[in-house]
Amino acid sequence: MPVSSTGAACIEVERVKENAPKVLDASRLASLIEALRRRGYEVIGPTVRDGAIVFDHIESAEELPAGWTDEQAPGHYRLKRRQDQAVFGYAVGPQSWKKYLHPADVRLWSAERQKGTFRILNNETRPKRPLAFLGVRACDLAAIAVQDRVLTGDRYRDPVYSSWRDGAFLVAVQCTQAAETCFCASMGTGPRAQQGFDLALTELVDNSGHRFLLQAGSDRGVELLAELETLPATEETLRQEEAAVETAARQQVRSIDTTGIKDLLYENFEHPRWDHVAARCLTCANCTMVCPTCFCTTVEDISDVTGDHAERWRRWDSCFTMSFSYIHGGSVRATAKARYRQWMTHKLASWIDQFGSSGCVGCGRCITWCPVGIDITEEARAIRETGSHGNT
Amino acid sequence: MAALATILEKTDPMLPQPYVVRQVGKETPDTFGLTLEPEDGASGTAFRPGQFSMLWVFGVGELPISISGDPSDSGRLVYTVRSVGKATNALVSREVGDGIGVRGPYGTGWPVEEARGRDVIIVAGGIGLAPLRPVIYEVLNNRKDYGRLVLLYGARSPRDVLYRKELAAWARHRETQVLTTVDYGGLSWKGHVGVVTTLFKYARLQPARSVAMLCGPEIMMRFVTRELEVHGLSRDNIYVSMERNMKCAVGFCGHCQYGPHFICKDGPVFPYERIRPLLEKYEL
Repeated sequence: MPVSSTGAACIEVERVKENAPKVLDASRLASLIEALRRRGYEVIGPTVRDGAIVFDHIESAEELPAGWTDEQAPGHYRLKRRQDQAVFGYAVGPQSWKKYLHPADVRLWSAERQKGTFRILNNETRPKRPLAFLGVRACDLAAIAVQDRVLTGDRYRDPVYSSWRDGAFLVAVQCTQAAETCFCASMGTGPRAQQGFDLALTELVDNSGHRFLLQAGSDRGVELLAELETLPATEETLRQEEAAVETAARQQVRSIDTTGIKDLLYENFEHPRWDHVAARCLTCANCTMVCPTCFCTTVEDISDVTGDHAERWRRWDSCFTMSFSYIHGGSVRATAKARYRQWMTHKLASWIDQFGSSGCVGCGRCITWCPVGIDITEEARAIRETGSHGNT
Repeated sequence: MAALATILEKTDPMLPQPYVVRQVGKETPDTFGLTLEPEDGASGTAFRPGQFSMLWVFGVGELPISISGDPSDSGRLVYTVRSVGKATNALVSREVGDGIGVRGPYGTGWPVEEARGRDVIIVAGGIGLAPLRPVIYEVLNNRKDYGRLVLLYGARSPRDVLYRKELAAWARHRETQVLTTVDYGGLSWKGHVGVVTTLFKYARLQPARSVAMLCGPEIMMRFVTRELEVHGLSRDNIYVSMERNMKCAVGFCGHCQYGPHFICKDGPVFPYERIRPLLEKYEL
């Protein structure tokens, strides 16, 4: 539709007005979930289960982890009670959104034997309803953007990922506190979610009460926000919000210096630190399972007892297993040293060549969920401090 | 809705297309030739020499196999499969008329267009000759378009030599030199014994006007590239084909990473200059 430049400016002004930040009282959080459900979304959000904050199907605000926080350290994760009833008062749990967008087990297709040959049935699972993710942290939002590039950005589009990702509604939650393992600030991915969300909310609990500052990030977000009973945000609230998110940045005790990190790791393919870490690494693959960007998979073919029905399943795989690099004659990466080096070098260096960004978003999950507490920030620092720089 | 389903199927890179076995033949004690045609009788798939397919055996598994047939014969797909495990064994145990799922072709090909007007040096070790055979067909089908063809081929033993009759036939073409060597000769072998690099002293090379294409064990390729450089071939004119574990062939599964490269989509054929530093890295 042709619009004169003045017309476009008017629309722009209108949009900015519509998109002004709003305040939602905590007692009305349920209305956000209801609005999403009314629009046909299946809402996925954080909830407490098995001593951790995990993502699950959410029907009401009651299921959110009100009053809980997480205590994280290398190889350590504990839920703790908070002084207040904040529902997003934790950093990150063991799961990321790849649980939904890039499922751990998915049937790609099944096939039936027919007169000596076969017929492929294209029946991979497709979502019945689009998903709405409630509580996407800045690091995880960055991770979704990374997986978008990996699984849909090149010649081929992963049909499974696309089917879940297309149409998903993302409600970001700005972090106002960091875990000891967080280092998003140094990776440039957080703590503030800047883009890629439909709606972003910041939870504020202080003398002025328990409330959320809401900001739309898309047209869908603007529409949804308009449905909620909100108040315009005051200058005071905006300042408080700004300060709260800054706190999450300031609290971070870990960091990775990413200056020239690609060349640093390429140049230090041989470095004694790899032996040092290999002596601790159990090659258990936990880091790759909890990593929100790790995308590797394997396939498994199964058949029933009649032998007339076969299925192909795709499952998460890890570069820490021996079978991962197996070719006839043996595994290419037979040692723990080679496998840890592959993981870290891919994450921080070759990912940049492959997909134009780091594969690490600084969520810290690999540190927390490593059973022996290997810390990627410490490993990167050790190589920088003792490795060769620009010598090749 | 049906139309939509068809579009989805066409764009789903994970779905094998049904092919039928037209021929299975023993090449050597453990290596077989396999000829496939599309089940629906439609015209087959065009491919570039050096590309591979993902071949699926019902209920057993899927694996990457280089296409070893003639690229001008697009009606069928020909493979040379060495039976080394469960899936390859199942593949070569198929009978004529059996169904095989095919995905692809995938990956980069050999620089057959760029090589027009020049000499082509092919160096292959073992089953590495299979992905290079389409280049030989291409050159011999368009003999006038290319200079000399020199094939240096090394096999483990005389009974492991692939395409025996064809090797002899190729050698009779004009401007074509075929040299074969084996690691272990045995009493009846009258030919050359030694690793493939020992053939260089018999090869009539014109390095300044040649393109070299290599496929074989990595250790072989490291020594052959060195030998080619010694003979004056510039690194820009050397191409190698790499192998790694592969599950998806389209860059999603992560298995075939080789430094920054995905062998499935950035390779398997690489300009040597691009991966030269990586070839020296152990357990990369």
